[in-house]
Amino acid sequence: MDAFILSRLQFALNISFHILFPTITIALGWFLFYFKLRSNLSGHPVWMRIYRFWVRVFALTFALGVVSGVTMSFQFGTNWPGFMEKAGNVAGPLLGYEVLTAFFLEATFLGIMLFGIRRVPNWLHTLSTFVVAAGTTMSAFWILSLNSWMQTPQGHEVIDGVIYAKDWFAIIFNPSFPYRFAHMLLASGLTASFLIAGLSAYRLYKGDDKIAPKIALKTATYTAAVLIPLQILAGDMHGLNTLEHQPQKVAAMEGVWHTEQGAPLLLFAIPDEEAKTNHFEVGIPNMASFILTHDMDGEIKGLNEFEGEHPPVAPVFYAFRVMVGMGVLMLAAAWTGAYYLYRRHSLPSWLTKVFIAMSFSGWIATLAGWYVTEVGRQPYLVSGVLMTRDAVTGLPPANIALSFTLYAVIYSVLLVAYMGTLTLMCRKAVNTAEITNEERHSVKLARFNTVQAN
Amino acid sequence: MPFESLSTEMLGNIYIGLLALAVLLYAILDGYDLGVGVLFPPRNEQFKDDMVASIGPYWDANETWLVLAVGLLLIAFPQAHSEVLQALYLPATFMLLGLILRGVSFDFRAKVAQTKKKKWDTCFKYGSLLTTLSQGYMLGIWVTGLRSDIYAQGFALLAAFGVTAAYAFIGACWLILKTEGDLQQKAFYWAKRCLMILGSGIIAVSLLNLTLHDSVRSLWLESPIGLVLMTIPILCFALLLLCGVVLNRLPEADGKGEWLPFALALLVFVLCFAAFGVSYYPYVVPGKLTIMDALADANSLRFLLVGTVIVVPCILAYTAMVYRIFSGKSEKLSYY
Repeated sequence: MDAFILSRLQFALNISFHILFPTITIALGWFLFYFKLRSNLSGHPVWMRIYRFWVRVFALTFALGVVSGVTMSFQFGTNWPGFMEKAGNVAGPLLGYEVLTAFFLEATFLGIMLFGIRRVPNWLHTLSTFVVAAGTTMSAFWILSLNSWMQTPQGHEVIDGVIYAKDWFAIIFNPSFPYRFAHMLLASGLTASFLIAGLSAYRLYKGDDKIAPKIALKTATYTAAVLIPLQILAGDMHGLNTLEHQPQKVAAMEGVWHTEQGAPLLLFAIPDEEAKTNHFEVGIPNMASFILTHDMDGEIKGLNEFEGEHPPVAPVFYAFRVMVGMGVLMLAAAWTGAYYLYRRHSLPSWLTKVFIAMSFSGWIATLAGWYVTEVGRQPYLVSGVLMTRDAVTGLPPANIALSFTLYAVIYSVLLVAYMGTLTLMCRKAVNTAEITNEERHSVKLARFNTVQAN
Repeated sequence: MPFESLSTEMLGNIYIGLLALAVLLYAILDGYDLGVGVLFPPRNEQFKDDMVASIGPYWDANETWLVLAVGLLLIAFPQAHSEVLQALYLPATFMLLGLILRGVSFDFRAKVAQTKKKKWDTCFKYGSLLTTLSQGYMLGIWVTGLRSDIYAQGFALLAAFGVTAAYAFIGACWLILKTEGDLQQKAFYWAKRCLMILGSGIIAVSLLNLTLHDSVRSLWLESPIGLVLMTIPILCFALLLLCGVVLNRLPEADGKGEWLPFALALLVFVLCFAAFGVSYYPYVVPGKLTIMDALADANSLRFLLVGTVIVVPCILAYTAMVYRIFSGKSEKLSYY
């Protein structure tokens, strides 16, 4: 294998592993802020109990996100030197702003959030929780702005093969950015919701009869039930935006080889890159045209119009179906769950098992979605401006093969350890007391004070 | 565009200054927590918990300075970034693996079953050690101007041990400041040992450094400001000696002046760093690539400078706030 394929594999491995953790922490940060607010408002210790459990999950997830993120910042230089040499004038400042306005904020206030509860006044602890959540979102803002610019570049000029920034506002708020940002934040919300719901369901399944996991399950299921239709809407709008700016990506997603009017929505097919056709098609007639152009006979540009400029079809085609399929499953689970929780205040045992099984479903959907958009941009690194092949390193392939193997081993171990540790934390939580004596005492004291105040 | 009046030379100097600040802060801040990791004893459970507790609230933010440093190199000197990191591909990979291992061990050790805790402790110690050795090695190769001959390798290996000793030293000083009782006594012992190794390391590296580049030798030995520059190593050794004296006296000082060793270590770091800076300015890769040759587009740098001027003081302010909040002896290890 040559340095190009190995570098792509290694980058894909690193970024796939990395994205798992921010996807959780972005939204989990806001969940924590919500738990903390509820605790402040109600004074009921159960909210702090929930906060404590999930802040530990947050800490572990955040640590994994940080260490895998540091790796990313080195890879640009080691494996894709051409990217920074040619697109660095745009990419550099955006990454710089991410580090300056987000990373330091998150990392510093995380210290207060995790270890400072007895050292700082309550308001400052609540504020720190807020700042950490805002920091993770800010970080998503910058990195998605850069990624979107690579998809739909504007506001720059190219002189002698080097990209120069002309209009920063146009660069940051490039055409696909608002859609991608919304789509990713909602994806994070769903990933965190299903994680919270799934692990809480697991605790209940293991015989935890305390109130904390029940409340957490309810909060997360309701959140998911609200977010999933929003996500479907955002996804649809993002798709329309892609059709406008990157029609070749949509053609690959829908498996349209030749420009056609009234294209069917393919539920399943096996794309054949050689013969430029699909095998075993199962589809709904005219539906793709209807979804994408809102007209039964609308025209969809086929891959034939982008000879040599379109992405490999099969991975984009399959990944898109995995993402949408996951979304449909999430919709069904979240709405059924919300119905049972609202009407009966508990889940039937079959649904509890479904929720446990879907604890990490957000990961699958998020990864599949990113594969659609990233593979869908190939063969370009910056659409229409810089080819991926032109950015690659001249390092000896053996070196990259070695680092790739080491990363693959360590990431596999860490992934198993992470998931194992989360389930262990749930099992441990089953046997801890709901409310400690200290907390009971402080609640009594608070009640006593209100009585006096009255 | 703001800062339109700044010339490209000025911008280059500002960014090399920022990069230097980020690297120096990284070396000091992550230096002490990596050092604590290197000193991690294989047995004594209580020591281990207390040592982890002493760096708990800080390590995440400390490591962010590395991201900033690499980011600044990437943003302001993209050509240097790709040259340096391609030449140092394998040591950089090992450093990253080390950082990954130690960063996660820190969290896993508190959450897994008692039987597995030992394994994560081992990962923490050796992950830290792998990181410090790789960083020293990278520093060494960078100083030689990215050479790969046997002499450069030898120099880099020496630098690897030197940097590890320096981190362990400042780590021990940090423990003196943040802990008490048996662990603090142990930290005194560690600090004294590391001080000896560090002292001889500094001498060896400084002398060998003179043999690497002609320009460096003539700057220090022949130029008129060489005499002024000589105050740096003299001051550095005076501080190390003072630190040795302080370390001998402190155990009987009844808790007074426990901040002194850390402050002295910090000054030693600053001086060593200054010596490097003076030697290699105006190069980003010694003898090969100057600041101006590697500088990115001025307009992009001006755009980022706007944010930097506003945000960096804020970062320094809230970092100081966190150090104030957690000042004094660290608490018993309890996870939120």
